[in-house]
Amino acid sequence: MNWEWQFFLRDIGDGETTYLDWMISAWGWTLAVAGCAWVVALLFGSIIGTLRTVPNRWLAGAANAWVELFRNIPLLVQIFLWYFVVPTLVPPLQQVPSFIMVVLGLGFFTSARVAEQVRAGIQSLSRGQRNAGLALGLTLPQTYRFVLLPMAFRIVLPPLTSEAMNIIKNSSVAFAVSISELTMFAMQAQEETSRGIEVYLAVTSLYIVSTMVVNRALAYVETRVRVPGYVGGGK
Amino acid sequence: MKLISAFAAVITLGATLSAALTGTAIAQTTTLKKAQDSGEIIMGVRESSSPLSFTTGNNQFAGYHVDLCLAIIDKISQTVGKKLNVKYTPVTSQNRIPLTQNGTVDLECGSTTNNATRQKDVSFGLTTYMTEVRMAVKASSGITSIAQLNGKTVATTTGTTSVQTLRKHQRAAKANFKELFGKDHADSFLLVESGRADAFVMDDNILAGLIANAKNPKDYKIVGEVLSVEPIAVMFRKDDPGMKRVVDITIREMMESGALTKLYTKWFLSPIPPKNTSVNLPMGATLKGLIKDPNDKPMEAYATK
Repeated sequence: MNWEWQFFLRDIGDGETTYLDWMISAWGWTLAVAGCAWVVALLFGSIIGTLRTVPNRWLAGAANAWVELFRNIPLLVQIFLWYFVVPTLVPPLQQVPSFIMVVLGLGFFTSARVAEQVRAGIQSLSRGQRNAGLALGLTLPQTYRFVLLPMAFRIVLPPLTSEAMNIIKNSSVAFAVSISELTMFAMQAQEETSRGIEVYLAVTSLYIVSTMVVNRALAYVETRVRVPGYVGGGK
Repeated sequence: MKLISAFAAVITLGATLSAALTGTAIAQTTTLKKAQDSGEIIMGVRESSSPLSFTTGNNQFAGYHVDLCLAIIDKISQTVGKKLNVKYTPVTSQNRIPLTQNGTVDLECGSTTNNATRQKDVSFGLTTYMTEVRMAVKASSGITSIAQLNGKTVATTTGTTSVQTLRKHQRAAKANFKELFGKDHADSFLLVESGRADAFVMDDNILAGLIANAKNPKDYKIVGEVLSVEPIAVMFRKDDPGMKRVVDITIREMMESGALTKLYTKWFLSPIPPKNTSVNLPMGATLKGLIKDPNDKPMEAYATK
């Protein structure tokens, strides 16, 4: 195998950008899609996951419907639905940039998974916690805010870390709707330079670096928010 | 320490694997030998590169290059002395070269541009089609030239030479347009159809094929300057003189006997499946010249003219 990495410094044909510049900007797009989608996923996932555990049947049912809708359709199909089908039904959405569409698509998909974890976290707490909160005179929302959710989130932090890493990897579907992120860069650059192995190695390393940083950062958060003596709290 | 030894084990395993893989690659260098041993030949085909190579549904493939390759495979059957089974494997713009190199596909019969970069990795048969890169627009858009694309959105397909062509042209014309990349040709056309893009820049035959199969073919037209001229040919593994000879002899014979011109008429000027419409693309002067005097020169040889 003879390596050739110099092509990264070659111009892509527009006279100013090199393949390296292009890859860095593609990395930026990957992180931007993943980052924004994570905000959407965490926000919606937390709300929906919490609603799934409330006593109101209608709210819980609606939240269940959300989760089942978004986790039962393949991600790529969802992205196409958002990009091609929804705008045909709602014409004003034609003007919405594909970045927003893919952030919503990926965010909602991941929100269903986050919601499941938040629900599991809340349900893993003993029923006494909720009853004790209510008995103290807290309202139901206050019980969630001060008693249940702080513990539930600590418990589900490890699976949430996996989800955050997943969203970076899943952001590769954005190539299908014309976002020039890392996967699209890989496909196009390997075609233009025919150095596929080098291109894919470089792109793979960037994905690994990104997910490892997220992993380490959230592991740090995990140790910082640990409650001594409680579940996962250590000594 | 444990971690380091585990790491070393992974690396050793990787090295062994890659050695094993290269080993098989060397063992399979001649396609004819491989075909003789296995009794089959794997044709790489495209899903939506009508009329060169496309699916007619139910895992059936047809097109100008598919017919051409069937003739080539007949010749290979004669050469190896037994009737070969033809197995169809769909390929995409992105995976066709790796799949041809690693032996997943023996003969790629799609719409692959023969250019100097690709010649480093694969071999091409004699040029059997010349494509002109132009653009498809909605007939109602009023766009007739590249100059009118300023401020518009232009679609093309990821993993094709058109992306580079477009990039170079954008720089030369100082036009300022937004690029959209479809993941395959059908997708890029959908971008125009759904109004997300104003034009789709691609090989004229592919555009013509997509338009012929559109819901309302009259709504679209192919317009604008020719952005580049590209020789299209069938593709197979590099450094395989036996294969190259069979492919070229077959094509040369078909060119001399007029069979190739007949094949052209069948696919480009007559109604074709699935909708029985014609793409109606008469043979250009370059291809007529090539039939009289065949060659397998890459795209770069045409750009200098």
